[in-house]
Amino acid sequence: MLIFVVRRVLYSIPVLIITSFLIFWAVSVSGDPLTTVRQIPRVSQTTIDSIIERNHLLEPFIVQYWEWVKSAFTEGFGTTLLADTPIMPDIRRVLGNTLQLIIAAEILSVILAAIIGVVSAVRQYSAFDYTATTFSFLGFATPTFFLALLLQILFTNLYLSTDVRIFYTSGLSSAGADNFFIDRLQHLALPVITLAVLGIAQFSRYVRASMLEVVNSDYVRTAKAKGVKKRNVVMKHALRNALIPFVTAIALDFGGLFGGAIVTETIFGIDGMGRYLVGHLNSRDVYPVMAWLMITSVIVIMFNLIADVIYGYLDPRIRYD
Amino acid sequence: MTNPNPSASQSLPGAPQVDRPPSDAAPDVEAEELSAFHEEGLEVKARSQWQLARRRFFRHKLAVGSLIVLMIIVLVGVFAEQIAPYSYREQVPLDARMPPTLEGQHYFGTDVLGRDYFSRTVFGIRTSLYVAGVVALLSTLIGALYGAVSGYFGGWIDNMMMRFVDLVLTLPILAVLIVIAALWGNGTPLRVATILALFYWTTLARIIRGNFLSLREKEYVEAAKASGASDMRIIFRHMLPNSMGPIVVNATLIVATAILVEATLSFLGFGVQPPQPALGKLIDDARGFMQTMPWLVMAPGVTIVVIVLCINFVGDGLRDALDPTQRRLRA
Repeated sequence: MLIFVVRRVLYSIPVLIITSFLIFWAVSVSGDPLTTVRQIPRVSQTTIDSIIERNHLLEPFIVQYWEWVKSAFTEGFGTTLLADTPIMPDIRRVLGNTLQLIIAAEILSVILAAIIGVVSAVRQYSAFDYTATTFSFLGFATPTFFLALLLQILFTNLYLSTDVRIFYTSGLSSAGADNFFIDRLQHLALPVITLAVLGIAQFSRYVRASMLEVVNSDYVRTAKAKGVKKRNVVMKHALRNALIPFVTAIALDFGGLFGGAIVTETIFGIDGMGRYLVGHLNSRDVYPVMAWLMITSVIVIMFNLIADVIYGYLDPRIRYD
Repeated sequence: MTNPNPSASQSLPGAPQVDRPPSDAAPDVEAEELSAFHEEGLEVKARSQWQLARRRFFRHKLAVGSLIVLMIIVLVGVFAEQIAPYSYREQVPLDARMPPTLEGQHYFGTDVLGRDYFSRTVFGIRTSLYVAGVVALLSTLIGALYGAVSGYFGGWIDNMMMRFVDLVLTLPILAVLIVIAALWGNGTPLRVATILALFYWTTLARIIRGNFLSLREKEYVEAAKASGASDMRIIFRHMLPNSMGPIVVNATLIVATAILVEATLSFLGFGVQPPQPALGKLIDDARGFMQTMPWLVMAPGVTIVVIVLCINFVGDGLRDALDPTQRRLRA
């Protein structure tokens, strides 16, 4: 097992190197990063020269790449092009907020999906099963941004008509809140629900399918034949095995959540990774964008690694050697 | 006591009514086929693969219904000029801020500039379907060729090629697409579609590769090789036609994904740019007024949901019809 983990970690290194190279390549072929800076009249030629100097923009591509990788390790990806503010402290702040959002959404979707999936499978073709199926199809078909706007319209109108604040529709905290925790919860609720819906739709189908497979397997029939209580058959025999592929699916989903967070944060005005990315894409500031992609890739690759390791641990049939 | 249901009268009296799975479930199809076989005796008409598939598809009522709705929507997109009462950029200030009404044919209302949202939605459907169609076509071409080469040749070529697929699949795809669209995009639907296709060929490549690895060992491939057919001929004339099922199913599902992703990109302002109308952009335009004029958000939004819903149902039907090995456990 240890050898497998070490080998898997070592395998991630070339993946990261290639990813970083692809990111840098994709950004540098997109044109002169200084286009926007040059259009601002109050930026003098000296400033532009110093930016060129600082980012080695006149050097050949491979040297630029090397300098960028070096700056990632030594200076935390350096500074932004326009404002010259250091990138890392900003990303650390927004990453914290985004992780709150993503982890809450993941927990919500996993719990709900597991319950919905198991009940759907155990009571196959029941009214509950059909309702769940309908909603998961709707969940698949609704774009995240549309869902977010619907929730915003709904809760703003609810507030305007009843004057009771259930959930806030923008921002992360309000000034002068009595209880920080409850205030944060009221702010995070709608973005978390928005992000979780797709996960619930996906995972509940997943759990249902893998539950059905297990429920119809020989050892579950044996357990039933032995006279094990239905509850025990479901909870002990079936669920445990059905959840194994589910664990990997959860870990692999984190990449998707970062994408979903971009839309959700933009709409709900949350100072997170997504809004940071969109803001810098709009001003065409490529250095924070590259840093963003790199950090997200590292996180996603890390979750892939964890998924593989957990999978091997949970399913002893998988042997890595 | 009369029983209105003739089939139920055959069951034992007093036996509980068992909720039977719907007739589109897998075992029933085979059972029906089998009973048809017995009824007709030995005189069974030979049916081609496609005829069988069509029969299986038309048994899937939801899929057929969705296909009809989808065809209507496609026609609306194709004949946008004839159907839309106004042009998508025409501004009539006097008609601004109208709620949905039959008056002046403003079925979906008008925005602050007096643009008719029904017409804009109709043209938006055209853009979305165009982008999605191009994505499906391009990504299928790339994916099928990539998977075919990888699976046919195997060995270290396969290993290298699949490692690259793994790499693309690890990327946080929506985030990468947003960045690439912002940096490489020029706002035309074709450019947006090309960028999407560059990232959505991997699933098909994997499926085709797996398919080819098993097809490679089939007797007819061996026979073709023995009779001196070239690699190209074997791939294109023998093996790819035998992988048509998964290719068609995957392309359908890619259309649904592409519509959602293109709408998201356009909503964020990195996809199709104005004046070209796109459903995502229409929602973004209406965002500032969504409290006072929610219909402007609802019309294009519900359109997207309906299109994607229909495509997913059709895709499901196609999967059951064309690709029995991939059949999911479904209700």
